[in-house]
Amino acid sequence: MSVQEVPKNLKPHLQAPSLFGFGQGKLVTILIMALLFMLPMIAWWMGNKFYLDFSVRIICLAIAAVSLNLILGFGGLVSFGHAAFIGIGAYAVGIPAYHGYESAWLHFPLAVGLAGLFALVTGAISLRTKGVYFIMITMAFAQMAYYFFLSLEEYGGDDGMTLWSRSDFGLINISDGLTFFLLCYSVLAICIYLTFRIVNSRFGMVLRGCNSNEPRMKALGYNTYLYRLTAYVISGAMCGLAGALIANLQDFITADTMTWTRSGELMFMVILGGAGSIFGPVFGAVAFLLIEEVLSAFTIYWALPFGILLILSVLFIKGGVNGLILRGWKS
Amino acid sequence: MSTLFLIQFLNGLQLGVLLFLLAAGLTLVFGIMDFVNLAHGSLYMIGAFICASLTFWTGSFVWGVLLAIPIVAVIGFFFEKLIVRHLYESNHLDHVLATFGIILIADTLVQLSWGPQGIAIPLPDYLSGQVEILPDIIFPTFRLVIISSGLLIAAGLYWLITYTRLGMLIRAGASNRTMVSALGVDISTLFAGVFALGAVLAGIAGMLIAPITEATIGMGNDIIITAFVVIIVGGIGSMKGAFIAAILIGIIDTLGRSFLKDILEVFMESASAATAGPALSSMLIYIIMAIVLALRPQGLFPPKVR
Amino acid sequence: MKKQFIIGALASALMTSAAFAENLKVGFITTLTTPAAVIGNDQKNAVDLAMEHLGNKLGGKPAEIVFEDDGFKPEIGKQKTDKLVQDDDISIIAGYIWSNVLMASAKPIFDANKIMISANAGPSVIAGKRCNANFFSTSWQNDQTPMAMGEYLNQNGVKSIYVMAPNYAAGKDMAAGVARTFKGEIKGQDLTTWPGQLDFSAELAKAKASGAEAIFVFYPGKAGGAFIKQYQQAGLKGTMDLYTVFSVDGISLPKMQAGNLEGVLGSKLTNQWDPTLDNEANKKFVADFKAKHGTYPSFYAAQAYDSIMLINSAVGAVDGDMKNVDGLKAALKEAKFDSVRGKFKFGNNNMPVQNFYLREVVEDADGKWATKVVSTVYTDHVDPYASDCKL
Repeated sequence: MSVQEVPKNLKPHLQAPSLFGFGQGKLVTILIMALLFMLPMIAWWMGNKFYLDFSVRIICLAIAAVSLNLILGFGGLVSFGHAAFIGIGAYAVGIPAYHGYESAWLHFPLAVGLAGLFALVTGAISLRTKGVYFIMITMAFAQMAYYFFLSLEEYGGDDGMTLWSRSDFGLINISDGLTFFLLCYSVLAICIYLTFRIVNSRFGMVLRGCNSNEPRMKALGYNTYLYRLTAYVISGAMCGLAGALIANLQDFITADTMTWTRSGELMFMVILGGAGSIFGPVFGAVAFLLIEEVLSAFTIYWALPFGILLILSVLFIKGGVNGLILRGWKS
Repeated sequence: MSTLFLIQFLNGLQLGVLLFLLAAGLTLVFGIMDFVNLAHGSLYMIGAFICASLTFWTGSFVWGVLLAIPIVAVIGFFFEKLIVRHLYESNHLDHVLATFGIILIADTLVQLSWGPQGIAIPLPDYLSGQVEILPDIIFPTFRLVIISSGLLIAAGLYWLITYTRLGMLIRAGASNRTMVSALGVDISTLFAGVFALGAVLAGIAGMLIAPITEATIGMGNDIIITAFVVIIVGGIGSMKGAFIAAILIGIIDTLGRSFLKDILEVFMESASAATAGPALSSMLIYIIMAIVLALRPQGLFPPKVR
Repeated sequence: MKKQFIIGALASALMTSAAFAENLKVGFITTLTTPAAVIGNDQKNAVDLAMEHLGNKLGGKPAEIVFEDDGFKPEIGKQKTDKLVQDDDISIIAGYIWSNVLMASAKPIFDANKIMISANAGPSVIAGKRCNANFFSTSWQNDQTPMAMGEYLNQNGVKSIYVMAPNYAAGKDMAAGVARTFKGEIKGQDLTTWPGQLDFSAELAKAKASGAEAIFVFYPGKAGGAFIKQYQQAGLKGTMDLYTVFSVDGISLPKMQAGNLEGVLGSKLTNQWDPTLDNEANKKFVADFKAKHGTYPSFYAAQAYDSIMLINSAVGAVDGDMKNVDGLKAALKEAKFDSVRGKFKFGNNNMPVQNFYLREVVEDADGKWATKVVSTVYTDHVDPYASDCKL
């Protein structure tokens, strides 16, 4: 791969990514995370379960976006098939539950393990390719997974399957909206922290190095393929975790979650928020779902203004919401 | 069995030329502008809808197609000038996202202008019948029309790219973009023109399929992914690759749909074959793509210099 | 700026639930976007017509219908259902075209002890194993309509058929349903990719080669028109008779007539309803619908119209007290309303026990393509899953 094929605005930051960003951007980040915590609590306190669930959905998709950001933002690997991992995580909850195994201690490790395994197998093949080929082969694998689960008649096929009771943690009861929210929020916090540690570790530096100048990393003696594959597997496993949470949130599992448009939406969340920043994907998920919710409340033709926003944000907002915040404070 | 096989082969060929018309546009745009256009399928849809309206207006499908072609060309031209142009400097990821936005806009606009229901395009009597190609082999006339017009267009494209000045620029652009602009060619018009050509090819594909499947919203979103599979398997930027891969994928997909279940029944019991057959035939083209890329990461016929 | 926006949006959304308390409310979920919106719009037109006939009142009390769009996706349908379930004023949520949307949405409604009324979808699970006292249907169970078709094929002496349906749950139910009653030979069966595949060349070629006497298909929505077009182009009319379920309706016929698809004329279909059924409610419904929209209502519309009339009867019985869910349930079960399909009663699983008719596509007195009833195939038919239901 020649150097100019590296996506141009995906160059990793020259400075090591910090957890909350720099300067006063830090304040905004903390504020948004606090709001993401407080608003659902208020919704719960006012007895509005819909907005509590809505916030949890934002959080679950934020986890998926954070996982995608690890390889897309920091590794420069544009995966167009990340929705497959969400689906695999979801079915890892649904299929055992269908057979009467309802323990969360089975569901969640299974979700992470299977998603990781799928990432290992597909990543091993996909990472042999570069550029657009990589975008498209990851999509192809996701389509295969989609059609595979669609054909599982026993587990609902196209009808999807209802999860008649949520994963059983023993100690806590996640059927309760607030408990489930707290669980998801904690998982998000852990995933963000994990990403921060990974990106700033020696491993993360090599990964970012592969993105900005692969020949150099190779010359230095690094097996860039193995580093990327490891990152891909971590990302897939994390996304599988998000899928397991989403299954519990929706009480319903469908192969529809794995279509290529869903993968596109995840990519958009990462870009909208600011690829290659630690909190960017969270902002992206918040902004994406809020815009969608507000627009669809006004008109059934919400896809039109949404599409226009999508194009404008790609054309004019470099570095996403995160970049906007940073620049806003500087000017 | 052999009769059925031959008919299915022709059906596959028809799907193949349709895929080629779409893939050719994608390849041109990608090869010259390095632009990934997910919204190529929207041009396919728009072509079908405009042709449908014009067919009802003029009362003739042939006139509908002839009038729709220049309109689609103009749409493609302005589409490039207004939006696509500003994205050349961005990376592939931005292309995917922005054109994804265009799909949303196009689908909604079509629903607003033509309503949510599709439009069935009536064919003239001489096109809607069947012909007996060989004894016992009866095939719908219009599908033969699709095959032959697709092959004619393919031949035309081959001539255009191999023997004309425009073709020379396209070939030069595909292998070295900087060099072409250094030669003093008006890149801006060249790009818009090539984009309009791609749009017309996609539009024609839409017009040709609409009398069979109706013009419907989102019709492009289903087929565009297959068209991408075609150009990836063929090797991005290679017209020859796009042609061979399109025909190959069209035939394999069609034959898979008709014979996979029977083949599986040789190995497993018929109940599981009945489940696995349709599932596997839906996945078939993606499996082929994964295998091709695993063995040849640049596709079957990668352009020589990049 | 962004923060203010978020706070504002959330705050306003939290408050809207308090407003508009004076009208009685009923939720209605259908498909208003994507190509499938033609079906949803037809249902919405029927619901609006029903409310017009009732003077915008349910049970004599001023009422409004809250429509939500499921976007043709179970996930979205479920989210919209959650939203309606959260509204304390709403006790009844009706609609649901698609089996998968209905199955995704059932649990939150049942958990909140509210009432779900299907105006179309009839998956086997909800009729059998997972049947629920809070569920009612004004349509049918998926298997019934193709079973009626299989029965008719026997009566008509058809010896062999070829079966085609999309490869998703309802498609498989339809294929299984016809196989359940058809006594002749099924020469072959094709399940095609759904909803992407609209080109059936490969399958039609196989069907022709199989030598079957007739072809049975289920292709709802846009696929129906595409199929019939290709059936005609492949020259099968006259050599293989066409029998359909849920593929030809008041929505697709005008379009087929515009596209000159004569292949559909004379084809047979089964349904629990037809615009020509001779009863007062139906005459009024069909005449007013035609006057308002210029087309025949589809069976989707008829079922939606019935759902509102059913709700009206129950709301009247509890005197507008929507909090009285048990009272509503008891009144719904009685089904004391004039259905457009004539007599109407619920079985033990709250699926209708009803007649099924054989219909034929014909040209009506005004030269419009329409359907007419040929004969009654089943009288008071009970769906095959009712025995699995422990209600």
